[in-house]
Amino acid sequence: MPQQVSVFAENRPGKIDRLTAVLEKNNINIRAITISDSGDYGIIKLLLDKPVEGCNALKEEGIAATLKSIVAVKVSDRPGGLHKASSVLARNDINVEDAYGFTIRESDLAVFVFQVKDAQKTEKILREEGFTVLNDNELYYL
Amino acid sequence: MFWNEKIETIDRADLNKLQLEKLKKALEAAASTPFYKKLFNDNGVDVSKVTTLEHLKDLPFTTKHDLRLSYPDGMVAVPRTDIVRLHASSGTTGKSTVIFYTWKDLSDWADLIARSMMATGTTKDDVFQNMMGYGLFTGGLGLHYGAERLGCLVIPSSTGNSLKQMELMKDFSTTVIHITPSYAMHLVEVIKENGVNPHDLSVKKAYLGAEPYSEGVKKKIEEQWGLEAYNSYGLSEMNGPGVAFECVHKNGMHLWEDFYIMEIINPETGENLPDGEEGELVLTHINRAAMPIIRYRTRDLTRIMPEKCACGRTHRRIERIKGRTDDMLIVGGVNVFPSQIETVLMNVPEVGNNYQIVLDRHNNLDRIHVRVELYSKMFEGDIKALDALKKKIVERLKALITVNPKIEFLEPGSLPPSTGKAVRVIDKREI
Repeated sequence: MPQQVSVFAENRPGKIDRLTAVLEKNNINIRAITISDSGDYGIIKLLLDKPVEGCNALKEEGIAATLKSIVAVKVSDRPGGLHKASSVLARNDINVEDAYGFTIRESDLAVFVFQVKDAQKTEKILREEGFTVLNDNELYYL
Repeated sequence: MFWNEKIETIDRADLNKLQLEKLKKALEAAASTPFYKKLFNDNGVDVSKVTTLEHLKDLPFTTKHDLRLSYPDGMVAVPRTDIVRLHASSGTTGKSTVIFYTWKDLSDWADLIARSMMATGTTKDDVFQNMMGYGLFTGGLGLHYGAERLGCLVIPSSTGNSLKQMELMKDFSTTVIHITPSYAMHLVEVIKENGVNPHDLSVKKAYLGAEPYSEGVKKKIEEQWGLEAYNSYGLSEMNGPGVAFECVHKNGMHLWEDFYIMEIINPETGENLPDGEEGELVLTHINRAAMPIIRYRTRDLTRIMPEKCACGRTHRRIERIKGRTDDMLIVGGVNVFPSQIETVLMNVPEVGNNYQIVLDRHNNLDRIHVRVELYSKMFEGDIKALDALKKKIVERLKALITVNPKIEFLEPGSLPPSTGKAVRVIDKREI
């Protein structure tokens, strides 16, 4: 199951710079990044090609970081593409806690990445509905 | 104007005689309590040998720590059925400091408050709006019953709800208010924002108390409100407010010496200092049956002003409180020890041992910020979990110290290391 790294950051200039410096030094590539803001502080979520190494490298630098399981599902890159997947989630009463999406270069596919309470169950439901759910390496090296 | 001219202008020699009589009784009563019985035994004190006021300084001190040790009723000198009320202030380790009163103790206290209020020129024709907290805190109920004893129309409006306070003031022509200085500064702004000129209100006097403030703040309050502000001094261990009060001359607070014997000591050596020298105020309560307290170390710094006051009262005055000899903070009128906050934080497993307390003032109201470093082990990766952690810390702190702190999470390494004497408290408030 794929994972992303969640990082705690104070809401001040220079906080992203500190993270990216650590990742660069450790030769870790960022595939996607989101930042959610809660006023005084924010949570930076990083999709990395080497999430475990990345998380450890950040922790060693004294940064509060943790790994979170995610679900990554392929959807078609056209109107209604995401809707097909979100309908399945809705029917199965699965709450998406945190999500982002991106398209894949030179293809008609997109990836929807999200956090849920029970990632394993969600993956199983999506597979049964005919969706392609990406495993770690498929996602990290898209 | 006197509430009880005979006692307020009593000849010093007669006052000393009265004090000695009352002290003997208080010592006898104290010796009957488990706490003082042991304290006197351990220190070889025989209370029957106390025959002059001078002997008092040979007796051991009582501290706030002793009050906690004797929780809940180790210092009570009367049967439980004679006690009609208790008040409490928060304690440093979670246990409160509890003070008990008989009916007569409360009645005598009300008398003392009536005396204090009258010394400022307040009479039964006044309308008294009491904007102090009612409840375990002594500030609200203490002045309440004293003002009723004096015969004022009392509006027990308690704290908060500024628009309602303003409405009451206007509709009932309030003439005297009892208020913390920080709330007075806040409320006057609310009044102005609502298009009312505070000088048009009928408020003529304010009793300020429950938190430290400078003469500068007092002057500002007087100018902005258009009133006369009076300093008052009290602490729950000595009943609450009304221990010492300014008279109309507003030059030091008369400490009511028929109720309390005051001493000034060197806080380091415990030695008595002569009148006029600055040191720690030590008080002996000689007028409370339920709970006599002998030589209580108030931790408040002041000096005795032995000169005669133009008002004719013979009870000596103390100067405004200069500061404290311990690390107690007063936030919005509530006493808080940094150790209380530390105790709470250390009991939240997610929290590291590095924290900082920052005090500031927003819209003239005190705020307390607790800054905590956030480590990987306590970080679950989303805002929801952080908000839940924040809520947990706030609720525990609120339960213990009754103030509402703002929790700030910081990245690890943001605070100075916790070794040695790290500065845990940063007070940005201008006194």
